[in-house]
Amino acid sequence: MAEIGLQDVHKSFKDVEVLRELNLTIKDKEFFTFVGPSGCGKSTILNLLAGLEAVTSGAVFFNGENVNALPPGDRDVAMVFQSYALYPHMRVYDNLAFPLKVKKEAPEEIRGKVHGVAAVLGLEPLLKRFPRELSGGQRQRVALGRALIRRPRVFLMDEPLSNLDARLRVEMRAELKELHQRFPATTVYVTHDQEEAMALSDRIAVLNRGRVEQCGPPEEIYGQPATLFVAEFVGSPPMNVIDGSLLPHLPVSPSVLGLQDEGNLVVGIRPADVDVLSQEETGTLSAQVLLIEPTGNNTWVDGLWRGMKLKGRAVPGDPLTPGRPGFFRILPDRWHFFHKTSGRRVG
Amino acid sequence: MSRSQSHERTTHFLFLAPAFLILGSVLLYPGISVLWLSLHRRLLIFDISRFVGLDNFAYLMQDARFWNAFGNTLYFTTVSVSAELLLGLGVAVLLHRAFRAKGLMRTVLLIPWAVPTVVSAKMWEWLYNPDFGLLNYLLGLRINWLGAPALALHAAILMDVWKTTPFVALLLMAGLQTIPGELYQAARIDGASPWMVFRTITLPLLKPVILVVLIFRTLDAFRVFDAVYVLTGGGPANTTETLSIYAYKVLFQTLQFGYGSAIAVTVFLFVGLTSLLYVRQLRGVTT
Amino acid sequence: MKRFGFFAGLLLLTLFCLGPLVWQLITAFKPTAELTTLPPLLPSRPTLNHFAAIFAGHPFLRIIANSFVVAVACTVLSLAVGSLAAFALARLPIKRKGLILALVLCGSMFPPIATVSPLYMIIRTLAVRDTLLALILTYTSFALPLTIWVLTHFFRSIPRELYAAARIDGCTAFQSFRMVMLPLAVPGLVATAILVFIYSWNEFLFALTFTATAASRTIPVGIALFPGLHEVPWGEIAAASVVVTLPLLGLVFIFQRRIIEGLTAGAVKG
Ligand SMILES: Nc1ncnc2c1ncn2[C@@H]1O[C@H](COP(=O)(O)OP(=O)(O)OP(=O)(O)O)[C@@H](O)[C@H]1O
Ligand SMILES: [Mg+2]
Repeated sequence: MAEIGLQDVHKSFKDVEVLRELNLTIKDKEFFTFVGPSGCGKSTILNLLAGLEAVTSGAVFFNGENVNALPPGDRDVAMVFQSYALYPHMRVYDNLAFPLKVKKEAPEEIRGKVHGVAAVLGLEPLLKRFPRELSGGQRQRVALGRALIRRPRVFLMDEPLSNLDARLRVEMRAELKELHQRFPATTVYVTHDQEEAMALSDRIAVLNRGRVEQCGPPEEIYGQPATLFVAEFVGSPPMNVIDGSLLPHLPVSPSVLGLQDEGNLVVGIRPADVDVLSQEETGTLSAQVLLIEPTGNNTWVDGLWRGMKLKGRAVPGDPLTPGRPGFFRILPDRWHFFHKTSGRRVG
Repeated sequence: MSRSQSHERTTHFLFLAPAFLILGSVLLYPGISVLWLSLHRRLLIFDISRFVGLDNFAYLMQDARFWNAFGNTLYFTTVSVSAELLLGLGVAVLLHRAFRAKGLMRTVLLIPWAVPTVVSAKMWEWLYNPDFGLLNYLLGLRINWLGAPALALHAAILMDVWKTTPFVALLLMAGLQTIPGELYQAARIDGASPWMVFRTITLPLLKPVILVVLIFRTLDAFRVFDAVYVLTGGGPANTTETLSIYAYKVLFQTLQFGYGSAIAVTVFLFVGLTSLLYVRQLRGVTT
Repeated sequence: MKRFGFFAGLLLLTLFCLGPLVWQLITAFKPTAELTTLPPLLPSRPTLNHFAAIFAGHPFLRIIANSFVVAVACTVLSLAVGSLAAFALARLPIKRKGLILALVLCGSMFPPIATVSPLYMIIRTLAVRDTLLALILTYTSFALPLTIWVLTHFFRSIPRELYAAARIDGCTAFQSFRMVMLPLAVPGLVATAILVFIYSWNEFLFALTFTATAASRTIPVGIALFPGLHEVPWGEIAAASVVVTLPLLGLVFIFQRRIIEGLTAGAVKG
């Protein structure tokens, strides 16, 4: 029901420019995520969309209508905060009912809607409790419920899962996705966890110091990072970055791609695209094994190669020992090349 | 700017408007108009009002009674504030260690603060009574505390110390509570004596609070009116007449509004300068 | 030994704080004849005569009622006006907040004696001398700086997101103030209310100058100008003191923690 447009949006606090040249369109019913490191301006974007802050210049559009002047209450958006921001002096029931009460809906109607949302989120046994009597996960649900109950045209979520423990986070992540499928509505999500972003989103925008580095579907962000920043930020463990001066020692030549000026290049390769073997093969890089980290489904291996650290994935059944040699086999066609000074992708 | 944004600005201003209105008309306007008044010769009863420039202040400079009141006020302020600070610090340190009795002791400390100043003045007047006062009885003396020029101001100071030392102690206790306990433990492990701990840890960390307390108390003591006015009325022989009392008498007993306002303005100036001085000090401490 | 010294210190302190009040209490119950003899310290037969006298012989009840009306009205007015301003200063996007707050704080340093002469003239002109209204407005303006200062602290301690959430849930700035911020600031409101109440209950200078008769006289003036025929009626003064101090002691006992919170909010934290 709502398409969001950001046109040339700038935002400064005093003299500090926090967001610059933001031009984006978020499609109707899309699950759109902003990721980026702490302080890059993610929350500020949500605040601009919600109307909690005013843009310094530029415009925000909902369905083509400029909403710059609309106060938050008139924008028909709902927001889930990192801290949940449940009203501590109201019971769960009243927290859920609050947005409807403000709109002066009939008590009967409010009751029906509260119970409806509570049923969807499994909150019925908790309706009489105060927020302080809830666990983190339960508070999270109430916060979601308070957003859902209004059926707003836009959901804004600011790191809603980051206060949960690892296990609950993954559970709630799935639940969020399911909710979005059941009740599709434009959702703008903010996180600094790139994995969460990949798992949830239709499209992702990677932010760096108030600027969008790349915007696209998760596969594109992961498979064809537009800048070195995106390449290093997205993917876990982070991409190996090798200076262009080492290219002669690598089993790849940029000239095949028609690239020149090797000294001004940076080469990237994801650890997941690197197998580490105990026996040498043709085209492998021979390194010294430093560290072996089993994480369950993958075992990551750090090796020392020409004075730099490389990360790769151990091949099941092929034993490696720290301190002994390891041979890094890089899958062909998985190389990423970036311009060293601008950080832009080349090739 | 769009319409609804400017509308929001207006509502924001509406939140502040009532406060501005009251503060402006009942605090700021009189505060400015007292300056204007002080430049006039104004006698309420005779309907005399004449602009005289700085004449009132020139007269003030030669007015022995003004300088007497100024000296009394300064003496009262200096002695009572230093005594309250020292005693208050002692009490705070003492009570900081009291674990179980803390709540009870806090209540005890709040009581002198809560007693109306006029009540406490009447109370002390009765304690100081030369013939039937408890103080003379307990000390086995027959001293006219409030009648002897050398004693009266000190008697007033003692009353002030009784009333406000507990308040000072309470604020300092709150300040002590913000000092992390580990600091003391670390110092104790390093083998510091209690006195050294007090000097090198407690005192420096407490300095901002001490300064704030000093500001509050100095300004309060310098403005003192009701406590002393009810206790002694300014006597004997004007030995307890503070600036506020002198100003009050000139204003409302002799009805010289111009001259009385000039005296009040000096209190105003002194208070302003003192707070400026302290605030500068405080900046140095906190940054 | 050290422990003994500690308890001796506590005892001495308690005696110092409460001793004078206890003596006043004893005096209030002493028969008039025994006021002028020492010993005995304690009354041989406690009497309620002084209490009866203050209510029978003087408009003391009226004076107490005046004080009560003034203190309650001033508290309500200060809190209403002050909480609006404090909320705005804590959460609304207003320019030069720091400056406004600093100016408000300066207001609390105004010496009452410096404003009493202009205020007296205004009050005479408006013909509101000897009315409670004059006192209520004056006290409110003197209580406002502290009210705003302390409440701004309390509002700032309420998480920013709660205000944001209320706005997004459809509240106007005022609705979020009334429905979310104000209920959460109740501890601060209580603390401030008590401070303001005690201030207006105890104030003397303005009460002395703006009132003329029992119609508007408040307790401090009533006690300071206690009428005596030949001698000072110490017993009656003591009884009156006890009567007007008791409500305050009640407040102190019940709200000890809150009062200290309010007193220290400005001094220690900021
Ligand atoms: N009200 C404000 N006044 C001044 N600077 C601000 C304000 N709000 C945010 N900033 C600054 O703007 C930048 C972006 O802040 P923002 O909260 O949007 O970051 P974020 O991406 O959400 O970070 P995080 O992941 O830590 O939540 C930060 O450098 C922050 O210091
Ligand atoms: Mg954020």
